[in-house]
Amino acid sequence: MTTDAQATSMEHASQSSHGWLLAGPAAFALLALIILPALSVFFVALTDWQFGARTFSYVGLENYHELFADPDFYKSLRNTFVYVLIVVPGTVLTGLAIALLVESDRTLRTFYRAAHFLPFMATLAAMAVAWEALLHPTIGLLNQALSDLGLPTANWLRDPSTVLVTLAVIAIWKNLGFAMVLFMAGLKAIPRDLYDAADVDGAVGATDRLRTVTLPMLGPTMLFVVIVTALRALETFDTVNILTQGGPARASEMLLYTLYVESFGYLQAGRGAAITVVFLIIVVLLTLLQMRVMDRRVHYS
Amino acid sequence: MSVRSLPWPAAVARHSVLIVTAALMLLPFVWMLSLSVKGPGEMFRSGFALLPAHFHGLDNYRAALTAAPLPRFLLNGVLVCGSIAILQLLLCAPCAYALAKLQFKGRGALFALVLLGLIIPQQVLALPLFFIGYRLGLLDSYVGLIFPFVISPFGIFLLRQFFRGIPDDIVHAARLDGVSELGIVWRIMAPMAQPAIIAFLIFSVVSHWNDLFWPLIAVRSESLMPPALGIVTFRDAEAGTDYGPLMAGAVLVVAPLVLAFLLAQRRFIESLTLGGVK
Repeated sequence: MTTDAQATSMEHASQSSHGWLLAGPAAFALLALIILPALSVFFVALTDWQFGARTFSYVGLENYHELFADPDFYKSLRNTFVYVLIVVPGTVLTGLAIALLVESDRTLRTFYRAAHFLPFMATLAAMAVAWEALLHPTIGLLNQALSDLGLPTANWLRDPSTVLVTLAVIAIWKNLGFAMVLFMAGLKAIPRDLYDAADVDGAVGATDRLRTVTLPMLGPTMLFVVIVTALRALETFDTVNILTQGGPARASEMLLYTLYVESFGYLQAGRGAAITVVFLIIVVLLTLLQMRVMDRRVHYS
Repeated sequence: MSVRSLPWPAAVARHSVLIVTAALMLLPFVWMLSLSVKGPGEMFRSGFALLPAHFHGLDNYRAALTAAPLPRFLLNGVLVCGSIAILQLLLCAPCAYALAKLQFKGRGALFALVLLGLIIPQQVLALPLFFIGYRLGLLDSYVGLIFPFVISPFGIFLLRQFFRGIPDDIVHAARLDGVSELGIVWRIMAPMAQPAIIAFLIFSVVSHWNDLFWPLIAVRSESLMPPALGIVTFRDAEAGTDYGPLMAGAVLVVAPLVLAFLLAQRRFIESLTLGGVK
């Protein structure tokens, strides 16, 4: 007869071997396809390796020096930040406004939610082709409508002064529904008695309730949506690749597109890896910030 | 925010704003559909006509289905997304179970690696994965489209969270009944975690159906292209402004997910918000 302690230790021993049997394949794939490749990028960035070349040599931080001495790379970095700075407030504020409106009543709530969410899940590559038709300088719906109204038209995707904003508008169109859904979840989490308390304190009008209860309580959600939207904007690639190829005159070239062209267009693996590292650092900093915010959100609730 | 219904002026204001914003959101879809049934001449004339003067839809859709290998693109999409989803589940579920319910050496370290993997964006891996694919001769093949995604840290994380919520007693009882550990994963845990599994599968299929970045790197042959890459290739081949067949193609690429979304709105929204903030 075995004692409880023996039984427990036997079960532990069998769990230990089963643990790795069950987790092994996933652990191997995780290492081989994600962790080690990600680490290898840091090493490749220290070499002058080109795809197809048999040899390469260690060049230290040369790739990074070249990158930050290159006005084209600065342009790409600058475009990315300007674009993120348009997309984030555009997405977050309209997303919040629409969430508040949709949630303020029951009628047609499901329809409005679906209509605003649809662009978030529709294949962006195909929708970019539709946007191109909408924005066509002569037969596009937008310019026809503008000229019918007597307003000035533009060649939205071919004019350096409008192209980045146009791509940002497409990104806002795509991500707005996502922000809306996150805000709706945030709204649902606000305890009902806070509104009752606000009523007692004399906050009777809708704007009063918004100012004293809703917006302050949405603070953590807001911060969270800002970071998530910034991350999504940073990862913009499809629209640039399909609609502008970074042009005209690099006016819409952004980080991920530069990464793609250097790595797979010019096959400059070393340089591409250095850009990848820059991209990774920005994304990881934002993600760590997001985790802190999420952590705090959990503590609050 | 409020259960009482709005006073009517507020209700009217709410609808007038939301109808306009909803129409703007749907405009690219509507315009795409409208162009997909118009003839080549009509696009230059009609300004706002949503419906065509002459219904050209059959010709356009036939052109999209025959002149371009569109059915092939869609089939590739089903094949690639299906394989990725199944392989991800096969790898992730046992690992998630081990992390949630078994005591073993290195469990903490493995979970730390999963969290690390969760942070790393897929685009960062493109360069090394391209090299691995090149060395192993996997590029320009279905395997090349699938192999980078067989593992999903998000899938492991999500299922682990869910499995942790299932009482240990159920696991013990199954062991006493002589069910193997793998049997516990698939016959006991998986059915109980069905909502999480469905959420994960939706997220996985939507992400890979819509993915352009990796297919652009991994394949050259038109016969292997998944839908997103296929429609871009179709557009590049289509010189000029005969939008009809191209828009018909775009409609066919977007339609499967949109229809699925309309049928299961709540599940889609839950799944994509979960995955989108991972």
